Amino acid sequence: MAEKPKANVEVKNLATRIFKPIIPEAEGRNMVIAGLIIVITILLMAVLADVIAPYNPTKFAGKPLSPPSLQNPMGTDNLGRDILSRVIFGSRIVLVVVFSAAMVSMSIGVPIGLISGYFGGKLDRAISMVMDSMYAFPSLILAIAIAAVLGPSVVNAVVAISVVYVPTYFRMVRGQTLSLKSRLFVEAARAAGAGNTRIMSKYIFPNLVTTAIVVFSLSIADAILTEAGLSFLGFIVTAPTPDWGFDLSSGRPYLPSGYWWMITFPGFMVMLLALGFALIGEGLSEVYAPGRER
Amino acid sequence: MSEILRVENLKKYFPVQKSFIEVFFSKELEFIRAVDDVSFSVEEGEILSLVGESGCGKTTVGRMLVGLEEPTSGKIIFKNKDLTSLEGEERRAMHRHLQIIFQDPYASLNPKMKIGDHLIDPLLIHGLASNSEAKEIAMEMLERVGLVPADQFFNRLPYQLSGGQRQRVAIARAMVLKPEFVVADEPVSMIDVSLRAAILNLLLSFKDEYRLSMLFITHDLSVARLVGDRIAVMYLGKIVEIGDVDEVVQEPKHPYTAALLSAVPSFEKKDLRIDIKGDVANPRNPPPGCRYHPRCPFAKKECKEVEPELTGDRHRVACHFPLEIKID
Repeated sequence: MAEKPKANVEVKNLATRIFKPIIPEAEGRNMVIAGLIIVITILLMAVLADVIAPYNPTKFAGKPLSPPSLQNPMGTDNLGRDILSRVIFGSRIVLVVVFSAAMVSMSIGVPIGLISGYFGGKLDRAISMVMDSMYAFPSLILAIAIAAVLGPSVVNAVVAISVVYVPTYFRMVRGQTLSLKSRLFVEAARAAGAGNTRIMSKYIFPNLVTTAIVVFSLSIADAILTEAGLSFLGFIVTAPTPDWGFDLSSGRPYLPSGYWWMITFPGFMVMLLALGFALIGEGLSEVYAPGRER
Repeated sequence: MSEILRVENLKKYFPVQKSFIEVFFSKELEFIRAVDDVSFSVEEGEILSLVGESGCGKTTVGRMLVGLEEPTSGKIIFKNKDLTSLEGEERRAMHRHLQIIFQDPYASLNPKMKIGDHLIDPLLIHGLASNSEAKEIAMEMLERVGLVPADQFFNRLPYQLSGGQRQRVAIARAMVLKPEFVVADEPVSMIDVSLRAAILNLLLSFKDEYRLSMLFITHDLSVARLVGDRIAVMYLGKIVEIGDVDEVVQEPKHPYTAALLSAVPSFEKKDLRIDIKGDVANPRNPPPGCRYHPRCPFAKKECKEVEPELTGDRHRVACHFPLEIKID
């Protein structure tokens, strides 16, 4: 590439330069970088909430229902709490719930999919049937049903959401395993005397990791919406804890009277975070497109 | 010389996957007779070239020898033990001495595994070396197959290597276990022509060093002739002719062998010119009598009815009317 002396171009390429070592050069990389910027910003926001939030999110900070202004950049809610601060603190619960749920469903779905796909037979058919029937439920309805049975709490929300996404991992991993197990390098390992456990752990699993990462970010994008839905219905937190989905539901009655800022900002953040993960997932699936053996 | 491997009446029938509707209309299971009653033996330190066109079952024979496919019936006697009757640990231990080199070097290496680990893994599986010893052996083997500097290749991933280099890794992986018998399944057919000789020579260099015996599977008669001590010609799951390289190549008795020989390109003008008519018959429903008769220019009535047996002493042929020709 020709040298570009202009300073503003340098700044533009800064993000590309930072992420260059992590993500291989390929189509879709820009999507990943855009998604990473969004997600990392929101992550930092959650971690540094105590430092950057201008007010205590649960305390009175101005005249109730005042529109965005210099004192309250996103306005205040019906109890006079600063919405910006609530949005900043609200990122914590959604991130914790969504990340732990994705971890749980990944650590259940991946091994089951691997074993089921590798051994096949009756066991595989039985597991697939259970997973498919779970997959057939709309995810939000299933999550609501589980959360309703377990009762409202953060831990129960994690359980409900992770159950919903196990089949997603299972299906992807099982499908990949089916195609990987008939590949020549697996036969070569078998000819060298490798047993089933060794073939699964050293020959098949490493080739599943990129798929699992792609599914991880895509399922998180979806889980954010599910989390917001559960929270909206009051299955995760109770007042006055700030959470985007929950704040959406408390702002909803005020929308018809013209207090648009109560739901706009939390709603926008839900959308932005989901978009960030979706960009990462979609981008990665292009970067690691099948056939590209890296 | 003593015999290291003997195959007796080896058969492999693959059940045909039927469509949903077919299942209703016919009750009988149909089979593809990939390998249909094949017998041969290989002496210690000998290379047997197995020749035949695509789909004749030569690869299936190789896969059965190394245990990747279970024979439908028949025996594989390796060092006086019938491999088909062994199970579990005993079987795994025997198969250590029987290794395979695959055709496609782009598919036979794990894309997520370092080159070095491809050589270390077999050693660890069979408990032949500790981690550090295995690494040393792997390094030596990489150098032995010409991947120098070994410490650089050790840490690379397969996608960073060319096809020829990958095939060297595949050879090294098979040889690292010091096998006594190797099945080489078209090891050079996917390699650049310019590199074939080098890869073949590498493979043959192990023959002398390890007193290796080999089943060399190929569709290319000129390679088979170059590499092999003996040649076996397969057609539709059966061996039609087997014998010493020079005899088979200079005095082919089976019309199919003669036709294959006449198809080998050469700079000199050839007297022999036999064209093969039509396509290979469907192995799901092989023709009665001699399987080659629909394509044989010399076929007579008997060929359509009676299946010929492999007869002869050292140079054996399965033909009712063996040719008597001589090619220089």
